[in-house]
Amino acid sequence: MSFYRSLSIRHKQIVWAWTFLTVPVLFYVVIRFYPTGNAILISFQDWNLLGERNWAGLDNYIKLWNDPVFWKVFANTFEYLIIGTPFSLVLSFIIAYHLDKTRFLHSTLRMLYFLPFMTSAVAMAWVWRWFYQGVPIGLFNNILASVGISQIDFLNSTTIALPSVLAPAIWAGLGFQVIIFMAGLRAIPTSYYEAAKIDGVGWWTVLTQITLPLLRPTMVFIVVFSSIGFLRIFDHVYNMTTNNPGGPLNSTKPLVLMIYDTAFNGFNMGYAAAQTVVLFLILLVISLAQLRLLRSD
Amino acid sequence: MKRYLRTLALAGLTSAAALMANTASAVEIEYWQYFFDARVKAMEQLIESFEAQNPDITVKMTHFPYADYRTKVAAAIPAGEGPDVVQLFYGWLNDYVEAKLIQPLPADVFDPAKIDAEFFPMVQAMKLDGKYYALPTAVRSLALFYNERLFKEAGIESPPATLDELVETAKALTKLDGAGNITQVGITTGMTAQDHHWWREVLVRQFGGDPYVDDYKTVNYNSEAGLAALKFYTDLEQTHKVTLSTFMDEPQAAFKAGRAGMHIDGSFRIGSLNDVRGLKWGVAELPAAADGTRSNYSSYWVNAITTKAEGERYDAAVKFMEYIASDEAMQVWLDVVGELPAKPSVGMTEANANDPVFGPFIRGLAYAHTTKFADESAQRQEMVDMVGRITLENMDPAESLDVAAKAEQLKLDEYYK
Repeated sequence: MSFYRSLSIRHKQIVWAWTFLTVPVLFYVVIRFYPTGNAILISFQDWNLLGERNWAGLDNYIKLWNDPVFWKVFANTFEYLIIGTPFSLVLSFIIAYHLDKTRFLHSTLRMLYFLPFMTSAVAMAWVWRWFYQGVPIGLFNNILASVGISQIDFLNSTTIALPSVLAPAIWAGLGFQVIIFMAGLRAIPTSYYEAAKIDGVGWWTVLTQITLPLLRPTMVFIVVFSSIGFLRIFDHVYNMTTNNPGGPLNSTKPLVLMIYDTAFNGFNMGYAAAQTVVLFLILLVISLAQLRLLRSD
Repeated sequence: MKRYLRTLALAGLTSAAALMANTASAVEIEYWQYFFDARVKAMEQLIESFEAQNPDITVKMTHFPYADYRTKVAAAIPAGEGPDVVQLFYGWLNDYVEAKLIQPLPADVFDPAKIDAEFFPMVQAMKLDGKYYALPTAVRSLALFYNERLFKEAGIESPPATLDELVETAKALTKLDGAGNITQVGITTGMTAQDHHWWREVLVRQFGGDPYVDDYKTVNYNSEAGLAALKFYTDLEQTHKVTLSTFMDEPQAAFKAGRAGMHIDGSFRIGSLNDVRGLKWGVAELPAAADGTRSNYSSYWVNAITTKAEGERYDAAVKFMEYIASDEAMQVWLDVVGELPAKPSVGMTEANANDPVFGPFIRGLAYAHTTKFADESAQRQEMVDMVGRITLENMDPAESLDVAAKAEQLKLDEYYK
């Protein structure tokens, strides 16, 4: 106690700050950092969840490198990212841009766009899964069949299954991105637009010279946020393909689903942990690169 | 005051001693299984009659969702917690024994020679080095479900007895719309459901092959028989056009909706089919090959005593194991869950073997094979992909079969290394 009394006000403040910080720090150490470290450790071991853990050295990583399924899954994961992120960015910007100008039923429309974001991904994935079925139960194929167009195997195809699975995932995330974009648009001072009006410039110039540059921080946030989301895509894929998870022929399988399958169906925890470490590194590199690219000016 | 305290302490001690004596005479053991409504109900009933016969033993049942089951068991037993008697899938036995989670059943109570003689032969997979580690209460097998209303509508008298008849019957049951889209399948297919068992243990054998050799450690279906079996299977969709593997999302859903004439599934489906109103269905044995060869696939869940059970809890666990592997328990399991008795003496009773629903399954047990899986879902995936490569990528069946055999062998080698 006497030690505490001898401290200066500044030091006392530090002591108190750390006292309050201990709780979240401890929490994070126990539920985040310890499991992360443990996962990295397991990635160098052989463990079936029941028996002992045995050291395996780099075996899991070598196996990963030589596993054709991993490279397929790796490519799929990036396909989700490369199609999903730009698509959802452009779409959500267009919606937000026009919604911002609409006064008629503004809040109703905004709510409608936000609704999918609040819906459970599992429920949504199952509804879409049924939409995609063939005749006689699939909505889309029944429409196609009724106008005499041949059916499309949305989910049972090695080429269009991935975009089919991605579509509802993009739709689900749209509402959130629209809201963020609208907040970004509102944050642009109206004086810029007034000045542009006085100068008599067209909407295209206003859009490209004022709106988009000033939305840059918003876009950085959305790109990073949605990239991480698409790289970690799981629930939509898993629920739309539970019969043949990530199929057909691994054409929709993302990395997270492969990890899940290796760990909880194959009980090969070491191999699953090695995949997790790879995913972690990908996420880290992509996020850092995006932050750097989009912030540089 | 001091004296008062002393008496109090003494009283406390005696009551504690009494309490301990009480627990000594009444043992509580724990039983774990995964959650499946009918199984839990059946087990509750069994525990009740067991406790009535053994008033000094209480059994506490705990159940978990299937997805968490293995993780919880693995975490609990080494920590000295969890079950004394545990339920596990037959394919997990090696893992459990190796991890020292379960102990062998005492030979004086569970005489291996007697078990060999009394149980269906596939139960011998539970014997390692001459010692039984686990025993099932019930077993499951496959059979052909058929929709009686659709059969009548198509003018078909009886379910197909052979594979050729199966194709003809399926043709008669298939319906197309004006554009040629299938709106009713003759027979459901899907390697993702039970068909991988039907192909592996039934069709391959019926075409003259042996799917695995060396105690299921070596893939052997990459043969002429395997190819013939694969072609028979893919021809249903590609040549005869009597089925679609993706029809109505899941085979059992199509059958339940009355949009499928026939459906191959396990005995565990009986309960949920009974719940479908308006569906009139029958069961037949799986069709035989042209030369009369029959085969079936059987799987089961077993119960075992964990390494946590020691002393009097061990004795109680042995008694409980003995009861849940008894004839009486098997009949309860059949009546409540619809799973088949693991002993011919119970299963093959006049009433059971001639039961219109259970009969075909029970008769199938007599010639059933049990695949020893290293990793069932991964091995199933190879079958799914084998058919997928043919139907989606137009790969030559022989090549696809070869790819599947090599990939599965790789998985087996990794597991048994």
